[in-house]
Order: sequence, then C-alpha cells, then structure tokens
Amino acid sequence: MKLAAIGAIGFAGALLLTGAAPPPDTAVDAALLVADDPAPTLASYHLFRDSSAREPNLALVPYTLNTPLFSDYALKFRYLFVPPSRIVSYREQGALDFPVGTTLVKTFAYPADFRAPDEKLRFIETRLLIHKPQGWVALTYVWNDAQNEAVLKRAGVRVPVSFIDASGAEQRIDYQVPNVNQCKECHSLSGAIVPIGPKARNLNRDYDYSEDAENQLAHWTRLGLLQGAPSPSVTARLPQWDNAAEPIEARARAYLDVNCGHCHNRAGLASNSGLYLTFEESDPTALGIGKRPVAAGKGSGDLLFSIVPGHPEQSILVYRMASTEPGVMMPQIGRTLSHKEAVALISDYISSLKPAAARN
Amino acid sequence: MRTVLFGVLAFAMLSGAADAKTLKVTPGADAQERLQAALIDAKPGDVVQLASGRYELTDGLSLDVANVVVQGMGPGKTILAFDRQKGEAEGLLVTSNNVTVRDLSIQNARGNGVKSKGVDRISMINLVVEWTGGPRAGNGSYGVYPVTSTNVLIDRVTVRGASDAGIYVGQSKNIVVQNSRAEYNVAGIEIENSFNADVHDNVSTHNAGGILVFDLPGLPQMGGHSTRVFHNEVVDNDTPNFAPKGNTVAGVPTGTGIMVMANRDVHVFDNHLDGNASSGVMLVAYLNTFTDPTYNPLPRDISVHGNLFGRNGYAPVWKGGAELATALGGSLPPVLWDGITSYPKPDGQVVSEAVHLSISDGPVVNLALKLQGTPATKADPVVTKTLSDGNLAEPAPVVLAGGQMEMGRAH
Repeated sequence: MKLAAIGAIGFAGALLLTGAAPPPDTAVDAALLVADDPAPTLASYHLFRDSSAREPNLALVPYTLNTPLFSDYALKFRYLFVPPSRIVSYREQGALDFPVGTTLVKTFAYPADFRAPDEKLRFIETRLLIHKPQGWVALTYVWNDAQNEAVLKRAGVRVPVSFIDASGAEQRIDYQVPNVNQCKECHSLSGAIVPIGPKARNLNRDYDYSEDAENQLAHWTRLGLLQGAPSPSVTARLPQWDNAAEPIEARARAYLDVNCGHCHNRAGLASNSGLYLTFEESDPTALGIGKRPVAAGKGSGDLLFSIVPGHPEQSILVYRMASTEPGVMMPQIGRTLSHKEAVALISDYISSLKPAAARN
Repeated sequence: MRTVLFGVLAFAMLSGAADAKTLKVTPGADAQERLQAALIDAKPGDVVQLASGRYELTDGLSLDVANVVVQGMGPGKTILAFDRQKGEAEGLLVTSNNVTVRDLSIQNARGNGVKSKGVDRISMINLVVEWTGGPRAGNGSYGVYPVTSTNVLIDRVTVRGASDAGIYVGQSKNIVVQNSRAEYNVAGIEIENSFNADVHDNVSTHNAGGILVFDLPGLPQMGGHSTRVFHNEVVDNDTPNFAPKGNTVAGVPTGTGIMVMANRDVHVFDNHLDGNASSGVMLVAYLNTFTDPTYNPLPRDISVHGNLFGRNGYAPVWKGGAELATALGGSLPPVLWDGITSYPKPDGQVVSEAVHLSISDGPVVNLALKLQGTPATKADPVVTKTLSDGNLAEPAPVVLAGGQMEMGRAH
C-alpha cells in the first residue's frame, strides 16, 4: 500500500512540474474492462503505468479494509477504479452500489521476509472483479518470474512460494491461484457474483494517503466517487480483527464475518450447513453455539458442537480453522496455512463465552 | 436486467443446442489444469469427454456451466484419482443446472466424492466412488452428495468406504436412487431433510447401517416427507461404525438395516433384510434436544409391509439392546418402534401427537418410551403381531424432469 501511494505521489509530482496532461496511453481502458472477452494480459487494461504494476494509474484509488480475508499471509494491494462520470452509491448493508465498469483490483504479494515487508516483494497474482453490464466477473492474472507480465489464468494454478515469516521461520507453500469457479464459491450470493470486502462498514477507516490520512468513505466522497454516504462517525464500522484495543467478541465476529460469512450465510454456498457466521447473525445456534454438525464428516474431529462456550478445545470451529487438511480445513479454499493469530483470537472468543444452560 | 438476462440465457441455450460440441480430455501431465479448463470452457449443450486412464488430480474440480454432460469411458476405465489432492472439500463440485456426471470412477477424494449444490436436474449415473484403503474415519464423508438440489437421479452408482453416507441426498426434492450399491460405508444410503424420494432396487451391504431416512433440526429445509424405500437388498450390514464422533450417523448402531428418524409419509416395502445384527427396520425419534420451534422429531405416517426378513436383531449393539433381546427370547422382532409420541418444544412445552403407523410385517416391538429423549434402557417393550391404526396412502411415485427418467432406464 505504501509502495503504491509513493508511486502515485511521484507521478503527480511529475505532472505538476511539467504541467502536462497524462499521456493518453496511460488512461485506463474502461471499454476493454467491460468487453465480453477478458484481455489475455493485465497490461492491456492500463490499470498500471509500469509493466510490473507497482505504479497504479492515477484513476485508481488505493484502499484497505478493517478486517480482510486471510490468504496464506499474502500482502494485498487493493485499488478501486470507477469509470469517468460514474459514481458509487452508498449502501448501509452489503457491498456499496458500484456502477457498471467499476473494477476492484487486488494484487497478492509476498516479501522475501515478513520482518521487512516493504522489501523484495514478489507479486503472485492480480485479481480483477469487474462490474460488466451482465454482472460481476472475476478474473485473475498470474505474474511471471521476471515480474514484468501477468497473464490470464482461468483454470487456476498452484505456485510454489517461500518466505520468511514474521517469527523468522521459513515457510514453503503451494500458493493456490483460484480458478474462476472457485472465485464464485466465495463471491456468490444467491448464485450471482458480488464483491465481498468493500462494504461501507469494512471501508469505514482511515487510509494513509500520500497527502494526509483521511477516512476512506470521506475521501471517496470528496473525490466525487461516492454519493449518499453519511458522515463516517455515524456510519457502521466493522471492528479490526487484530486491534487489541477492541472487544474480543467484536473482533472475532468481524473475522468470522469476513473469512466465513461469505459462504456461511443464508444465501451462500454453505447455506445448507445451518451455520451462519455473518456479522448481522443473532441466533446463537446459527452462530454455532451448541450447534451439532450436519455434514461435517471427518471435519467434526470427533467433537460434538461447532462452539462449546468456554471450551475452544471442544469446538469444531477452532478444530477446522487450525487444520490444513482438505476436507477438514475451513475455509475450504484460499489457504494452505493455518492463520495462527486468528485461531488464537477465535479461541479467546470461545473461552470468553459463558457456558449456557441452553438446549442445543 | 431481467429481460437482458433472459435474452442471454435463451441465446445460450439455442446456440448450445446448435453448436453442441465434445471437449475431449486425456490423462497425463497437467491433467488438473486441462480437465478444469474444459469444465470452465464448456458451453451449454457440450459434453466433456474423459478418455480412459488415470487422472492424477491435485485439487478439487468444479463445474458451473448448465446443460453439460461429464462422461468417462466407464468406471474402472476413466479414473479420477484424488490421492494427491491439496485443496477443496470435493472431488467434483457441480453448481449449475441440468448436469449429468457418468461412466467414471472417483478415488480417494479428500472430502466428498461428487457434490451438487443448489442444482435443478442433477444425474449421477454409472459411477464408482471409492476410498481404496477400506473403511476408515479419515475417508471422505459422502460418495455422492446432492444437497439443496431438485430432480436428483442416482443410478448405477457404487460407493465404498465413505465415513458418513455412501449415497447421501440432503435438503433436496424429487429424488430417485436406484440400481445402486453401497458397501463398507458408515451409512449405505441416506435421505435427509428431503421431500419425495424413491429409493429402490439398490443393494446396501457391509455398511454400519443400510438405508436411513432422517430429518434434522436447524436446517433451511426441514420436515422431510414422502419417501418410498422398496425392493432393496439390505443385507449383512456389519462394518463397525467408523464415523467421526459428532456426526449424526456416528449414532447409528452397527448392524442396522433400515432406520427412519423424524420423518413423515415413509413407506418401507418389498425389501429383503437379512444379517443385520442390531435391527431390521427401526422407527425412532430424533434423540437430542433442539432449539428449532418448528421441528418435529417424531416418525409419523410410516408404513412397513411386504418385506422379506431373514435373521435380524440378534445382537443389537445399542445401549439396552442386548438386555432387550434377551428379554424377548434372544432376538428382536424384525420391526422396532421406540413408541415416542410426545416431545418437549424448545420452550419446554410438551406436545403429544397421534403418529399413525401401519406395520403389517411383524412381529413388531414397541419400546413404549413415550417422551422424546427417554433412553432405550427405560423401555417397557410390547410385542405385537402387527401394529396399525389404519391404512396410510402411499406417496406417489417420483417423476423426474424431462430426460432424466429415460437416462435411468436406458441400460
């Protein structure tokens, strides 16, 4: 994010000095984005000014989320592109109402060493979620070793990735670039593809823009990209899962919402499970408390309930989050490693729940 | 938007019919990517044809294009091997309408074999889904697994080694399971929270339990009803239950023939049951407490008739079963009913219900447990030749959507 922001300043500075309009060849190809057939290479869209996609086009706005999806510790660089003369409309629930042509750009990257996260960055893939006239379409472009070209990959691929983690240990993973069906597995609501992250409550936070830090919703409004948003101070805000200053239950519910709730909701791929982990859910059984598994199979880990208040070690939720075995692990896709910090958070949350006399 | 979508769909279907093509896939290097690419590139009307051979797959496969046939050259010839699967919870996941998967083997999927989620018209024909290491708790849960689907055909499917149910249909409507074989699974065939199912002419053997018709609380589709279980061979279900704890089937006693739990309008007839040590036919209420106020835990409107019983119920393994068998002369009668007719609602209020039964195959033992949640050790058994409070209308035969019935007959 910092990298992208620096790139943007550099370019803006150059413009100021020369007084020149951006060269036409750097304008985002908005027509190509919504064309029927996806471009074979990422560069074709001119979303970035350099072949290695380190410097975004000026029309792209970087953003971040209060609580993101875990993807094997990959760093994510997110940008919003809204076609000229179009505007995003505020929505209190669900993703914002993005106009046709909107493109959400997300690059997944690994530093060589997470103790120096800004250095020696390797881009793995750049995903585009494009609002085409017929609906949202998910595409992913996979970076070459030279880091100067990303090509469309529709059938998915495994990419060997190694890095030094934050504790100094070496990690080697088979990073999973999803195929287009897998994109839909998470991004579907009642069978249609929708964005997951950019909900008002998840965007409602400051971003360290080059000029100054500013609330993202206020920033988008000021740029004329967003209409109808109330003041951030009266807008719902999703807790930051890793902010120790926030209450544990709120952090845990935020994490479960973002990492599980896209499938585990009443219109998602896991609707049949009866386990619903969205932030709005209030039914204790649907949230897993005293809930028996339905089709977990070996995913139950010989445990009886999704959540046993006070007992993370007896809770299927923790067992499946900690697992890396296909058929057991949750989420089913998008990770090969266990998110240790999140397992700790959810364990703390379950420990904090009072054992209830509730029927199950 | 709706008109645009409709136009696109109509066009896709028309063009699909006109230009239907066959996408051929062969085993070998990059099979994962080539096969998955074919499943993505297929257009409505296409056939994805898998040549003979062993496909070494590293991830689950998925299909999200409507009106597609995925066809191998026959089970044992086209083999999708998931021994090295690194991700996904299914061998093959289908999420699009009107799909047929046929003529192939699926081996050692890390999770389920073939799953369909939310599909109208799913047909699984002439498949062998197996875990080749024998019955183990670490095997995948379900061999074939249509869920929240409508118009489901399972025909000539063999499943071996599933750690839950070999053939499992959940929260679905309009279902035919026929001419199939389930062996060495925890449950052979299970119909759960489903409406209108015909389960017939199958062989269910060497599982812990042969055929189950269940309804569970707290799910989007509840109130399972109208299932006919007929003309099946339910014999020698003797594999010790190897389900991981926590799963409902972990509570199915080893040696169960046919078990109906919390369902209505279930007719069990013309089956052959033999060699099921715990019981022949069991009609029981859901055992646990529940929080869903709309859930009914009782089996009701159940008919059992015309079955051929060999030796069953001679060594029941469930708690209190052995004592009961001794008290009844060493063996249980072929049909067992728990005699539960009332249950506490989640708010504590106890409701009673007339559960109509028509059991002409006798003798039948009524455990007279009366209140849901009463353990079988409190049984006050009554054995009668038959047990009936009138005739119960049989559910109408299931009629599947156009083309599916014909596929099921064409062999």
